[in-house]
Amino acid sequence: MTTTSLTSSRSAGRAGDKVFSAATVAAGCLILAVLFGVALFLVVQSLPALTASPDKIQGGEGFFTYIWPLVIGTLIAAVIALVIATPLAIGVALFISHYAPRNLASGLGYVVDLLAAIPSVVYGAWGVAFLAKEISPAYEWLAKNMGWLPIFQGPASATGKTILTAGIVLAVMILPIITSLSREIFLQTPKLHEEAALALGATRWEMIRTAVLPFGRPGIVSAVMLGLGRALGETMAVALVLSSGALTASLIQSGNQTIAAEIALNFPEASGLKVNTLIAAGLVLFVITLCVNMIARWIITRHKEFSGAN
Amino acid sequence: MTSTLTPVRKRSALTKGQLPKAAPYIVLAVAVILGAAILALIGFNAFGWGIVSAIIFAAGLVGWSLIVEGSRKATDKLATCLIVGSFLVALLPLVSVIWTVLVNGLPGLLDPGFLTTSMNGVTGAFDNKTVEEGAPLLGGIYHAIVGTLLITVLATLISVPVGLLTAIYLVEYGEDRALARAITFFVDVMTGIPSIVAGLFAAAAFFAIVGPGTKTGAVAAVALSVLMIPVVVRSSEEMLKIVPNELREAAYALGVRKWRTILKVVLPTAISGIASGITLAIARVIGETAPILVTAGFATTINTNVFSGWMASLPTFIYTQILNPTSPSNPDPSSQRAWGAALVLIILVMLLNLGARLIARMFAPKAGR
Repeated sequence: MTTTSLTSSRSAGRAGDKVFSAATVAAGCLILAVLFGVALFLVVQSLPALTASPDKIQGGEGFFTYIWPLVIGTLIAAVIALVIATPLAIGVALFISHYAPRNLASGLGYVVDLLAAIPSVVYGAWGVAFLAKEISPAYEWLAKNMGWLPIFQGPASATGKTILTAGIVLAVMILPIITSLSREIFLQTPKLHEEAALALGATRWEMIRTAVLPFGRPGIVSAVMLGLGRALGETMAVALVLSSGALTASLIQSGNQTIAAEIALNFPEASGLKVNTLIAAGLVLFVITLCVNMIARWIITRHKEFSGAN
Repeated sequence: MTSTLTPVRKRSALTKGQLPKAAPYIVLAVAVILGAAILALIGFNAFGWGIVSAIIFAAGLVGWSLIVEGSRKATDKLATCLIVGSFLVALLPLVSVIWTVLVNGLPGLLDPGFLTTSMNGVTGAFDNKTVEEGAPLLGGIYHAIVGTLLITVLATLISVPVGLLTAIYLVEYGEDRALARAITFFVDVMTGIPSIVAGLFAAAAFFAIVGPGTKTGAVAAVALSVLMIPVVVRSSEEMLKIVPNELREAAYALGVRKWRTILKVVLPTAISGIASGITLAIARVIGETAPILVTAGFATTINTNVFSGWMASLPTFIYTQILNPTSPSNPDPSSQRAWGAALVLIILVMLLNLGARLIARMFAPKAGR
């Protein structure tokens, strides 16, 4: 080291500094370019479908008539998943963070993290091989006894491959995600807040309601929104479980379809304008999930300002 | 006149108005018996027994508490019942998933040659023979394992440098500049991209640049990178942020250049967390089905060239074997192969998760000296 003169080592170091910082900037810009590319390529490749004459699109009535039922189907499946998963996930997260014995809790948390990592295709396979078969008697019961409700209108699907089954599978899939995020939030509740509530004579539930839940609300909202984003974009579970068809109000008949599943089922064999139509459908899905994420972010920042918990 | 007073054990005033300690067990026993009796009347099954008993237990305990302890304690008991109940309910499907995969997957996995043969030349005729004459099950997942590993390795090679350098920029050079804020925002946006849209992007990009219908392993790797980069950026950023500033300042004080400081001081300190984050990112993308389905197609033969030809992968193998069985009249051999592949995939993901924990523990900087 002593043989190198100070000046030469300095210039070498300066070059290294420049190259390195340029590389990091380049990597950052590459990410921006990729995202720009996602939007650009999707728009360019979907333009032919958006501008084509209506009779050339599948269904023969133009792109928007084609995509409309798919958007509704996507929303129905995601809403079913959220309605089922959110209360359960918050309950499980509270159980792990505040009810389970200490030594059990960390193990349970780890198991939940592992479950969040199970690939969606496995959940889909479980849904079609196990859940759909087991649940179809329940659908028949619903059709018989609750059939006056439009959403449970009969005749129930005999195979159980309905949008409700798909929604349940989605709920099972997003449950570990929402749970593991909410658990992190609940564990961050300031210990002093909890102890103060308990010292004032609050029962365990009152402590949770007055200290844990208010502190964790923005976190819960963001966890639920992330779950919603996952449910909206989830492909395999729906593609495998749902026996798709036209848009129907009944949740227990076969029918309905989601955007992601429609793309996955048709893209491998598609050619010509059909490819453009499916890419345009992907663009619509991208915009929807983008909106959900933006709203989630907005809710979180708005709540942060008013949360006195920090 | 003195009478011998028999000491009466009174309950302490402090514990008055409380349920006895054994109350939950008493109610549980009553609920289980009542549940069995009710189910015996309307036709017994274990699932219904559990549900009816749970409802009776919750109602009984809360009602008793309401009478003896008042409404606040009763609300607390109700909340406890609901929270524990939701945990048990959530456990059911998750245990069922694991159980189904294990039970259905083990026969496939234990089949000789399952891990070492491909589906090349395996047609529906062979499957029909397996079902009708009991011939050994042919075909395996070797080509899918090869494809999954190649695609994932290529995706990792693309994502890790980009993601890590971006994280370094955000933490070390960004300093709240407009570019840094834009990158943070758009990385957040990228986290929310549905996996199938990432696949469509890669497909659309290669269709436009290379030519329509380009489906290779490399396209799939690009699609997976789009999903993987934000995860790598996020986790690496968190890890770099918690490197104490004193370490950087000490290096600067010794006259070390910034890039040498980052490479020799900051990165080694954070390497355990970064490595475990990358392993988790790999675990996340290795199971992705949709992007591979639209970018690499599905093959039945071994293809080791990621730059030409369709490629199989474990998730797409599971998907196609279930949706389009090799022999439509006898789907059982196909579903056995699919479950075997599902078991292999889950084992891979679990190993990666365990590996991440191990890495985090092994390479953690030694505290104190």
